[in-house]
Amino acid sequence: MSKAAISTALLAGVITSALSTLAAAGPLTKAEADAAVAAHKEKCFGVALKGQNDCAAGPGTTCQGTSTKDFQGNAWKFVQGGTCVSLQLPGDRKGSLKPLTRDM
Amino acid sequence: MLQNDGTAPIAASFAGALLRPNEPVPQDITSHHGAGLIERYNVYRNNVTVSLINAVASIYPAVQRITGEDFFRAMARFYIRAHPPRSPLLFAYGREFPDFIEAYEYASSMPWLADVARIERAWLDAYHAADAAHLAPDMLSEIAPEGLGALRFRPHPATRILRSAYPAVTIFSMNHNGGEVSAVEDRPEDALVTRRDDEVMVTHLDSGAADFLQALIAGETLGTAAALGLEANPNLDLSRLIAVALDAGAFSSLDMETSHD
Repeated sequence: MSKAAISTALLAGVITSALSTLAAAGPLTKAEADAAVAAHKEKCFGVALKGQNDCAAGPGTTCQGTSTKDFQGNAWKFVQGGTCVSLQLPGDRKGSLKPLTRDM
Repeated sequence: MLQNDGTAPIAASFAGALLRPNEPVPQDITSHHGAGLIERYNVYRNNVTVSLINAVASIYPAVQRITGEDFFRAMARFYIRAHPPRSPLLFAYGREFPDFIEAYEYASSMPWLADVARIERAWLDAYHAADAAHLAPDMLSEIAPEGLGALRFRPHPATRILRSAYPAVTIFSMNHNGGEVSAVEDRPEDALVTRRDDEVMVTHLDSGAADFLQALIAGETLGTAAALGLEANPNLDLSRLIAVALDAGAFSSLDMETSHD
């Protein structure tokens, strides 16, 4: 590779500076760390996405969606949510979620 | 996984039409009194579809918030038909969803959406990555200055770098936990995804930082990585970046065996 050599002095300065930045932030004491864990975290392994195999259509429903018809082009319902409309993208890259009229 | 006990052909027959709503109910299924076979199969078929869509929605909540639920579920429905699960582990499902979004015609007005999904995927993968210690900053202070250039790092198993030509990191951040949404400047953005203890962190990286960190993660020396980072962005603040990466738990240890010129 034709990378400009990085001098030892530069790297030493970088590391010293990085470590001093970390020291300034101050490591948590054991008690502080435990408190942080207790406050907003809990050990909970293996539960993510569990239970998705239940009857997912929900109680009291007749499992709607047994319909064999897929969404059709003209049945698309675009719901505006999230960030789309507030994006400022130039050119064609619009953040708009207006329904597309083609392929209907 | 199925045992080799002769049930595989039955399972294959039963499963064949599960994600194909227009296919007839398999011929060889039965019930104990023989009634309502089509309805029963359709209920099961529907539950499979709905539960897979729900799994995709659980993995990609920011994408769903951006598109709205109706759009998302319709898109996910096409996705699960094209990419049925290959593992019984639901958290492993949906890996091709970002690529699917990228090619999905109706999402083409949101070219950044696939990258938002990639960050969400990385978030979940980091969450499920193996446990490992984090590199203590003290270890670095014990390296002699002349040894720094040849120093190599071992990444923490959760550590990932995501690069986007769009402001995907900002969009992800605004939508990941249902936060405030404001105008976004159009610019490329990179992310560092890490996990410290049980908490996944997504850090927005400055220009050039991803070049530096990707090189370190790939096993390049600190000297080579620094050169790559500074080449990408001459103003890259390496000190701050290293502090941020150490603080985020991006590395597990120094690779002393290979840290030689």
